[in-house]
Amino acid sequence: MSRTSPQVSLPEAAERRFAPVAELCAAALVLIVVGGIYMASYAPRRAPLGLPVALAVASALLVVASLILLSRTKDLAWDKFFLVGRWTLLSYVIAAGLIEFAFVKDHTRGDPLVLITAMLVLFAVIVPLIISFTVARYQSQRTQPETSA
Amino acid sequence: MTDTAADVLGNGHVASHGPPIGAPARPVIQIVPLKGLPVVAVVIGFLIASIGFNWQWGLDFNHVAGGALWTGIDLFVGLVVGPILGRLSIPARAEFSARFMPKMVLLMPTLVAMTLASGFQLALDLGNLKATSPNHSWLIASFIVVGVMAVIALGLLEPANLAVLFEMRKPHPNGEVIAKLMKRFIYTAGITGLMQVATLVIMTRVASQ
Repeated sequence: MSRTSPQVSLPEAAERRFAPVAELCAAALVLIVVGGIYMASYAPRRAPLGLPVALAVASALLVVASLILLSRTKDLAWDKFFLVGRWTLLSYVIAAGLIEFAFVKDHTRGDPLVLITAMLVLFAVIVPLIISFTVARYQSQRTQPETSA
Repeated sequence: MTDTAADVLGNGHVASHGPPIGAPARPVIQIVPLKGLPVVAVVIGFLIASIGFNWQWGLDFNHVAGGALWTGIDLFVGLVVGPILGRLSIPARAEFSARFMPKMVLLMPTLVAMTLASGFQLALDLGNLKATSPNHSWLIASFIVVGVMAVIALGLLEPANLAVLFEMRKPHPNGEVIAKLMKRFIYTAGITGLMQVATLVIMTRVASQ
């Protein structure tokens, strides 16, 4: 896996199709959001965990599938992928931590807290994956030096 | 930075190298405006303190101010700025977007965090989430509305926003790529507008019951 932008000519790049990494991650995000809404709708009571667990597992499987597809992707601008990925990961880990803090503060404990934590971990991974993949796939269409910012 | 926005044509090709005489210089794009980060840190700190200490005024301020700005900016940009932008020349569009979109990268997530985190805490404190509350079903409806907006914003718009900014940083941006990504904003503007109007209806119902 090279971490530099590939040298690709524009006509070739214009015809290239990428694996549906962003689409799979978006579907995973939908599942997490639905699970989150379901659990929040029961607050402050304890929500039945069957449906949100199933949604979280399905979401995790979609993330794993998208990571497998991503690892097989050639000609992606990996330098941009990792550049954007690490900063967006940082920002969404902070956002997920804020949400976790709110649930802990509101005395969520035990299995529901474990499930919420797992869903927040998925959330903090999925969004950076979508963003960094989207940036990198369009950056790989042709290679140009960037201006300094 | 010697290139001008006028270099980029709608078909994605570059007209010329170097600035035409009299054309404005293309602004240098900073994808995340670093000067704004301390402001964001203060706002998030205030939000965490409001939740942590259950500070009623702080929660109200975060929810009302954040929500009003979020809804107002979303509707204004979608219904007023967007259509105007669509009628501008491509260089004008590029120059506006280069200055406008980096600010949105910081502004909107901060407003969304302020609104949602404080709103959930307020709902718990005021008992609006209890199944017996007359506001319970309205709040569930608002969760669904927020969920739809979250998927659109996080799954479609924010990635497109950053991808456009990265493309525009190049000396010779590809107009086709930018146009393709900007279509996401046009396609989702209607849904986002509808969701924001629904939010206004739901929140005014909750406040008046």
